[in-house]
Amino acid sequence: MELKRKWGLMISAVAIVSLMLSACGGSKSGSDASPSPSDSPKPSASASASASESAPASQASGGQVEIFSWWTGAGEEAGLKGLISLFSSKHQDIEVINAAVAGGAGTNAKAVLASRMQGGDPPDAFQVHGGAELNTGWVAADKVIALDDLYASEGWADKFPKDLIDLVSKDGKPYSVPVNIHRGNVVFYNKKIFDDNGLKAPTTFDEFFKVADALKAKGITPLALGDKEPWTATMVLENVLLGVLGADDYKKLWTNELSFDDAKVKQSLETFKKMLTYINDDHAARNWQDAAQLVAKGDAAMNIMGDWAKGYFTTDLKLEANKDFGWVPTPNTAGSFMVITDTFAIPKGAKNEANAKEWLKVLGSVEGQDVFNPLKGSIPARIDADKSKYDVYGQSTIEDFKTAKLAPSMAHGSAAPEGFTTQANQAVNIFVTNGDVDQALKALKAAQASSIQ
Amino acid sequence: MHRQTAPSYSLYLLLVVLAALFLVPVYIILVTSFKGASEVTLDRMWHLPASLDLSGYRAAYAKLLPNLRNSFWLAIPATALSALLGSMNGYVLSKWSFRGSNVMFALMLFGMFIPYQSVLIPLIQFMQQIKLYNSIPGLVLVHVVYGLPICTLMFRNFYVGIPTEMLEAARIDGAGFFGIFRRIMLPLSVSGFVVVCIWQFTSVWNEFLFAVTLTTQKQQPIMVALQNLSGSQIVQWNVQMAGALLAALPTLAVYVFLSRYFVRGLLAGSIKG
Amino acid sequence: MMHRSEKAIPVLMILPSLAAIAIFVYGFISWTGYVSFTDWNTLVRSSHFVGFANYRFLFQDFRFQSDLRNTLAFTVLFIGLTMLCGLFLAKMVDSKIKGEAFFRNVFIFPMALSFIVTGVVWQWVLNPTTGVNLALKSLGISHPPKWYTSISIVPKLHLGAIDFGLPVAVIAVVLAAVWQMSGFAMAMYLAGLRSIPDDLREAARIDGAAEKQIFRKVILPQLKPISMSLIIILAHISLKIFDLIYAMTGPGAMFVTDVPGVYMFETTFRGNHYAQGSGIAMIMLLLVSLLIVPYLISSFRKERG
Repeated sequence: MELKRKWGLMISAVAIVSLMLSACGGSKSGSDASPSPSDSPKPSASASASASESAPASQASGGQVEIFSWWTGAGEEAGLKGLISLFSSKHQDIEVINAAVAGGAGTNAKAVLASRMQGGDPPDAFQVHGGAELNTGWVAADKVIALDDLYASEGWADKFPKDLIDLVSKDGKPYSVPVNIHRGNVVFYNKKIFDDNGLKAPTTFDEFFKVADALKAKGITPLALGDKEPWTATMVLENVLLGVLGADDYKKLWTNELSFDDAKVKQSLETFKKMLTYINDDHAARNWQDAAQLVAKGDAAMNIMGDWAKGYFTTDLKLEANKDFGWVPTPNTAGSFMVITDTFAIPKGAKNEANAKEWLKVLGSVEGQDVFNPLKGSIPARIDADKSKYDVYGQSTIEDFKTAKLAPSMAHGSAAPEGFTTQANQAVNIFVTNGDVDQALKALKAAQASSIQ
Repeated sequence: MHRQTAPSYSLYLLLVVLAALFLVPVYIILVTSFKGASEVTLDRMWHLPASLDLSGYRAAYAKLLPNLRNSFWLAIPATALSALLGSMNGYVLSKWSFRGSNVMFALMLFGMFIPYQSVLIPLIQFMQQIKLYNSIPGLVLVHVVYGLPICTLMFRNFYVGIPTEMLEAARIDGAGFFGIFRRIMLPLSVSGFVVVCIWQFTSVWNEFLFAVTLTTQKQQPIMVALQNLSGSQIVQWNVQMAGALLAALPTLAVYVFLSRYFVRGLLAGSIKG
Repeated sequence: MMHRSEKAIPVLMILPSLAAIAIFVYGFISWTGYVSFTDWNTLVRSSHFVGFANYRFLFQDFRFQSDLRNTLAFTVLFIGLTMLCGLFLAKMVDSKIKGEAFFRNVFIFPMALSFIVTGVVWQWVLNPTTGVNLALKSLGISHPPKWYTSISIVPKLHLGAIDFGLPVAVIAVVLAAVWQMSGFAMAMYLAGLRSIPDDLREAARIDGAAEKQIFRKVILPQLKPISMSLIIILAHISLKIFDLIYAMTGPGAMFVTDVPGVYMFETTFRGNHYAQGSGIAMIMLLLVSLLIVPYLISSFRKERG
């Protein structure tokens, strides 16, 4: 009590002083405030932000379109550039501004985007994960426009899987256009280790633990984990949840139809805890790439990761699919597809809305998807894309994608609001270290209560 | 040299050992930058590259070059302005203190401590209002303002040590506010300027948060391009390390150039007077 | 002696700086302060006033309590070691050695590298299986340190929701930070040493003082204002540290290396908890004022005295 009052006093004192200062500073600041040469080249410099652009025309012609994404790495940037040149060949009069910002799993990019949106300078189109990140985030905040007219005019309703359209829709209206699909429930394994030891890739939890015990007996780390960034451990947990609950019940977690104190959730955490006894000692010192290296080099047998790991294996580490490494869905998730989809939405108040819609049309076309995805190493979101353009992993995943039940990824913000994801990551971070099932359940339950309506 | 015996061999030995220790991480950066992507793994981090692979440098160079000019247009004016303003502020606050000047100084210093992430949104709005959003001059302004507290602090504390008698003497010679600044303070603070410029140039050059939020694409300085070398999932560390070394070259050049002016007090003789 | 007009000039000269600070610092931070009392914890901006709810949440939060502990540990170690290293290096570089410029540039070079790269390199160097521990093991140390993956806290005093003490993992991060910043401390001290007139040393020498005594009695007191600058500069780095930790260890297992800067970034921009993020910022500022203001006051008094 006493302490609280003191805090309050101090905070209000600081606030009052600063308010007064800013008030009197503000009044005479006009010219003094910028004691720099910044007076010389004035508004002309702020070209793209200035309002003198071609006013939002009803149909796209001329002007600019600013595309915000986090595609800056080797393959994905090439894919984005491919999309941009495809767009430019169709709209030679529109200048594309590529506002890509890097950041592990989009972190920096999200900060920049949030600041720009809240600060009143939205880009014309921006990348967003389909699912909660879009729906409970930007759509609920009324910050993006509905795209039902675009879906109708392009005839997209039956070109994307229905589950996927649901993932980018709220109240029956779609709000973004999916470009690519990554699968999150994949076990990548070192083929040589499995062959040498006469083991078969596990498809159920029982098989997993049997294989893991056999490997452990031989002195091989069964499961590689690199949870320097906690989302990697969260991914393992969500795949366990998917395996134990099944896609339908897993989805109910995110609509409040299934509570986190359900017995099966507890069972999932117990299973997850058991899996953690098979991981490498230095997991906290590695990120996902460093963990994947363990499998590539043969120091560990398996790695649970999204299928961007395939790109890392083949492009960066020069391994061959089906020869050096193999893959299976994570235990008990064969008919399910943990989906991570990059989509694009248009903010309300975008300066070039018509041009942005043209951009989305290119993204959603077969041509656009087949330009981008082979380079990025993902699979197309459309079901009628040209399979021959994809590698052996891609082709088999495209097949799975057509028939599997889609489940949104929690670790990547598709399943639940980002507030939940942050709290879940914290809970998992603690759980990996202390293995306290009840504490983790409590934290997840609290996160569900506070973040999922 | 009458004042000191020649430095001993053990001192040199110590210096060489320390320098070697300091360079261990630099060794890692260097060898990694010359590796091919498939060679960059944790278990081979200490190994020399199997063959000299320049692909990292090529990729980094191509992506950094377009933004290099922006960084110079940003860092040079920002450094010069904040050093000048800082030395003026430091001069006033150390030698011309007035009622409340200590409070002013404290309020200014406080500005160093605001976490910049927490003021991004009002900052963007303000920059839009004064029409400097998305421009290098705008970024210069932001860096100068947020650099003021540190520069003022450093100069003030360099100046505090200058004896007041020297100022009195100059005053008797008829020098005023600016005269004293030019004839006494500036020449005495050459080393101070070196340190402040090193600090400001480095921080402005390496700053990322303001750069990435207040400018887009064509106006962005090199640090944003450097960050953009990494992908959303996959990071090619050979490219990243090569880029880091390339991006650090201008800063290193500034150190080498400026540190020649690490001189012993120019006016040492006149202090007696 | 001073004319009225002359008295006005100094004030006029610092007025622009003050005005700029008033807007960019106090104006914006009052915005942050205001937000911290609202429930703006989603993407939808809200100005609904909730009093101290965000603060109450933070002070009960395991992660935030860990952050405060880590910041304290990091700050003390980082400032102390950086200043010691810097002074030591400056003293060596200043002893009329050959190749002075070379050593100076080697020691300050780490500062030129961005924190992101430094963080990753140190993450590799201190990796418990592939880093310097390889060398330590070959020297016969069978249980080398676990560096930043250690989760032990010494001494383990239960306080609030956390164990209070020095998280061993913080030492690894401190090493990286000291490596990066001690070159700058060296430069500051070097500038300080070089502005001390030779006459002062001479005088002491003539009085028969030994070199060690001269250093303690003559040089060190002259370096006091420089040390004060350094303490404040290093404190502002350490209280706001973000990039280095974000790149090197992240929050760490059980948040042993988490700091308010990282928490604020994640909760604001990943979790969209703007009000909570603002709350963290305000608490960080208050901590600063608790540390810095008394320090400033006492040093002003000493200067006057």
